[in-house]
Amino acid sequence: MAAAPLLLAGTPRGSGQRARERRNGVVAWAFALPFVLVFAAFMLMPLVSSFVLSFTDFTSRDVQDPLTVEFVGLEQYAALFEDPRFRRSMINTGYFVVVGIPLTMVVALALAVALNSGIGRLRTLFRTAFFTPVVTSIVAVAVLWRFILQPDGLLNTMLESFGAAAPDWLNSTTWAMPSMILMAVWRNMGTLMIIFLAGLQTIPREMLEAAEVDGANAVQRFFSITVPMLRPTLLLGAVLLSVGYLQFFEEPFVMTNGGPLDSTYSVSYYTYNQFGFGQYGLASAASYVLFLAIVLLSIVQFRALRSKD
Amino acid sequence: MTMLKNAPAEAVPHTGPPIRRRARGRGLRALTYAGLVAAAAATLLPFIWMLLGSFKTQGELLRRPLTWWPKDPILSNYTTWFTDHGIGQFFVNSLVVAVVTVLGNLLFCSMVGYALAKMEFPGKRLLFLVVMLTLMVPGVVTFVPLFVMVSKLDLVNTYPGLILPFLVSPLGVFLMRQFMLGIPQSLLEAARIDGAGEFRTFTRIVMPLCGPPLATLGILTFLSSWNNFLWPLVAAQSEEKYTLPVALALFSTGQHATDYGLLLAGAVLIITPIIALFVALQRYFIQGVAGTGIK
Repeated sequence: MAAAPLLLAGTPRGSGQRARERRNGVVAWAFALPFVLVFAAFMLMPLVSSFVLSFTDFTSRDVQDPLTVEFVGLEQYAALFEDPRFRRSMINTGYFVVVGIPLTMVVALALAVALNSGIGRLRTLFRTAFFTPVVTSIVAVAVLWRFILQPDGLLNTMLESFGAAAPDWLNSTTWAMPSMILMAVWRNMGTLMIIFLAGLQTIPREMLEAAEVDGANAVQRFFSITVPMLRPTLLLGAVLLSVGYLQFFEEPFVMTNGGPLDSTYSVSYYTYNQFGFGQYGLASAASYVLFLAIVLLSIVQFRALRSKD
Repeated sequence: MTMLKNAPAEAVPHTGPPIRRRARGRGLRALTYAGLVAAAAATLLPFIWMLLGSFKTQGELLRRPLTWWPKDPILSNYTTWFTDHGIGQFFVNSLVVAVVTVLGNLLFCSMVGYALAKMEFPGKRLLFLVVMLTLMVPGVVTFVPLFVMVSKLDLVNTYPGLILPFLVSPLGVFLMRQFMLGIPQSLLEAARIDGAGEFRTFTRIVMPLCGPPLATLGILTFLSSWNNFLWPLVAAQSEEKYTLPVALALFSTGQHATDYGLLLAGAVLIITPIIALFVALQRYFIQGVAGTGIK
């Protein structure tokens, strides 16, 4: 808009302009080139290759001589779904997502609302505290939590002092997964809290005040104003979490080795193991199942939150 | 938007709610404070436990009942990492990988971001679309063919092998492009009229304006590189190329699985630099997460 007069002043004759456009196109591509090369080689190609590999019998032995590889159609996918360990890993991943996401969102929303309720100067301090686990390495905190969750560790000592039952968290098929969910909530609530906090600050204050004047109590205001106004933010949070939670890997790798009895074995872990066995085709198929789940879940969440408008 | 936010405080004289409600409000506030303090304590307790534990002897870590404060604090959990387990090398590896990854992202993503935001060229819309579609592709989907490729190129167990797959990111392109769209065209035209070419305009006019998105991108990239696990686990196959998380994970699942003092000290060594960075640059971390929603 502001550039219009300048452009007019510099408008050359027709053919000159075309030549300049072509030259500008070349310059633009020169700017894009380094990115495009790395992106194409290390993102697009593997993404496509992984898809193609999932329809082949490619193994680690074929790396030297890829010509012996054959297309096997959907055989790898069939093999996956016949493998009880893969089915188990899907159930576990589903469990982690279905319980972990709502739990993390509720905790994060509670923290955000509390921080947004006129806390004053301490707000920054609390925010720092709740956000700290987000920046830490999952491997490091998984090592730490494995220590805390020992049968006679810190958590159980505290539970027992309140007279509560204290399970052997990581060695129990019932409790291993909930302990990982607990850790995930602790580590990820800060991210969502920040996102929700930003969302809460866009809700006009006079809207809440008008409702208060009309006699709505805090709970009514929360559910009939805050939550509906926050819907896009909640959606963003849910999508981000599901992308992260569907991939969970470090936690079982460090804390339980996928056990006990495969009760924390995840789809990412399965993919990693099949890769380790040299079953590259099968590993690719497993990773694409996960990818599909991520795409589908994002679409479903998008639709669900949209349709209520 | 700003009008809406600022208006009520000044414009509407507060008549004040009835006294009974105000008292209840004070009670609610006290309750909120109590809840927040309890939640913050619970959030930070694991870190305190880790720090205290890292100075305890193996005997004390196994002793019951648990002790809070180390009875006779030792440093050997830390010193063994340096003397016997070569953590200095892991630290250097993590740092080299993170720094080069950050620099690559800052440079290449802003270059392509500039082209996408401020230039016209054939294929521009398609390029942006493809980049955006890959925003959510998780590493687990690409690592198998990536490994085949990297081993074909003989880059397994090398810095380039660890770095190249993360040298650019779709998120970086998105961040830089969005910010650069807001730079007034007139500023660029003025530079061109003064005889500056695209490259000069980019380095002298555009980049100096891009401090905020560069800070955000730099911090997010450093964070994810420092904490990255799956790819370094696959691509670093011998100890001299392990990054910190790989070393800790393999130590904790291998022969040092019950060496809790050592493992806790290792966790402290990984976590401390990033928390220090976070506390120092908090504003940018928070902006980064709030603005992009990516951790």
